[in-house]
Amino acid sequence: MAEKRFSLQDAISTFVSDNDVVALEGFTHLIPFAAGHEIIRQGVKGLTLVRMTPDIIADQLVAAGCVNRMVFAFTGNSSVGSLYAVRRAVEAGGSGKLELEEYSHYGLLARYQAGAAGLPFMPVRSYAGSDLVKINPQLRKVTSPFEEDVETYVVPALNPDVAIIHAQRADRHGNIQSWGILGPQQEVAFASKRTIVLVEEIVDDDVIRSDPNRTLIPGFVVDAVVECKYGAHPSFAQGHYDRDNDFYRSWSAISRDPDRLEGWIQEWIHDPGDHDGYLRKLGDGFFDRLTPFPRLSTPVNYGSVL
Amino acid sequence: MTSIAEAIDTVPAPHYTVSELLAAVSCRYLRGKRRVFAGIGLPTLAVALAQKSTSPDIEQIYESGVCGAHPPKLPETIADASLATGAEAILTMPVLFGYVLQGGWIDVGFLGAAQIDKFGSLNTSVIGPWDSPTVRLPGSGGAAEVMANSQEVFVVMRRHNRTSFVRELDFCTSPSPATARRIDPKVPTRGAGVTTVISELGVFKSDAAGELCLASIHEGVTVEQVREQTGWPIKVLDDLTVTPPPTGEELRLLRDDIDPGRVYLR
Repeated sequence: MAEKRFSLQDAISTFVSDNDVVALEGFTHLIPFAAGHEIIRQGVKGLTLVRMTPDIIADQLVAAGCVNRMVFAFTGNSSVGSLYAVRRAVEAGGSGKLELEEYSHYGLLARYQAGAAGLPFMPVRSYAGSDLVKINPQLRKVTSPFEEDVETYVVPALNPDVAIIHAQRADRHGNIQSWGILGPQQEVAFASKRTIVLVEEIVDDDVIRSDPNRTLIPGFVVDAVVECKYGAHPSFAQGHYDRDNDFYRSWSAISRDPDRLEGWIQEWIHDPGDHDGYLRKLGDGFFDRLTPFPRLSTPVNYGSVL
Repeated sequence: MTSIAEAIDTVPAPHYTVSELLAAVSCRYLRGKRRVFAGIGLPTLAVALAQKSTSPDIEQIYESGVCGAHPPKLPETIADASLATGAEAILTMPVLFGYVLQGGWIDVGFLGAAQIDKFGSLNTSVIGPWDSPTVRLPGSGGAAEVMANSQEVFVVMRRHNRTSFVRELDFCTSPSPATARRIDPKVPTRGAGVTTVISELGVFKSDAAGELCLASIHEGVTVEQVREQTGWPIKVLDDLTVTPPPTGEELRLLRDDIDPGRVYLR
């Protein structure tokens, strides 16, 4: 099997180019923040950012000028505030620099599913009567080939140039294991032309093979696997560290003021130089308060007759 | 158990906050329901209260795929680490949206919105025109799917005024089934759409045509006040009631048992 290990810098510079369609996925859990920060450091431009739930990482990428277009279903900072860089780029009187392509959750997920399955489109039960169909020409209605008086909305396949996701562990071949809330990671990995996965740890082959049902994405779908401990901070990695809710709550005040936001990106993304520098800046013991108590699953028996 | 609750109920109820009222009233409408799709916040409190009082078998299903959550602490987001700890199931997104929601398993979906119209269609996308909005709101998320696929939908509206209860939505993100059938008559719909709106002023219930009618006003609120704060000419049900305030037992459960840190009981 091929060796898939990359440094974060090499993974981004090798697989992400200007003007790519890049899907950064993770549904509140396992958001690939470290990868987003590396994209900002490398000054990638003109990206179409695809993300079901563009949140703080999207605000940072938009503020840093990496993104021209955002394909999304829900853009916000959960219940604790707004994304002001995104809002300044789309609201009346703002820069107008960010184009939006708006879906609902299942509409965008179904685009990944169609893309992953090699289908031209996917029917969904949503969108009848919705204004979304007026502003998004990708949402189209077709007549059922089986019942002529039945119509359904469909969404087209989406095959991003690159998928970037985060997971708990992998082996060196890129077999990805994850647990907890799984988000659309499996769908987007299969849908995309290239896939980069950051993991909390690269483990021995035996660890992965002790629990094959937990492999969400097989190595043959993965182009680069990057060991990047705490790479989902300030989001979380189940069993490794909890969500840094204080940071989420602090974001509105940072994001609201363009100068402060620019200063934050300089101080926390550019100046530290890389993800290790970011961790050093957070400081020793930073993750102590976010470290969960263990809740181990009971092992299952995969044994067979010898 | 009932006798204790009844004994407490005979004591005059103490003061309560709007959040406590909304949670307690929402809980009462959940009686007899089984599977509830709800996010974090007041709906979580309503479901937790129902589980501990009238409806011990009620199940909450989260958008993040978590079912049968038994969190060691009150979760702060729909994807909080504590929701996964000890949960009965964590479903993948195609299963959650494709099979649970589209498959018709949800009895009640809870939604919120910036704007609601008289048929219960919701706007969570923009204030002003979509391509140059005054305010960019988060968007649908799963709301369009919850509306299209639940047997019925409850909407909790903390603020009740003419900018939130509107004659015409700035943008229809999640159409009611009645609106969907009018615009796209050949696309199959499911469920009754929004049957119940619980606001800071009262409760609206939908009639046979799907129109939201004033069914109950909260203590100290007048029908005239609701009329003034609602952007469409409202129908008032003949059997209009005054909402019974939260009981002592409901308040005790909310305050001492469910949300002692007052994470949602702001």
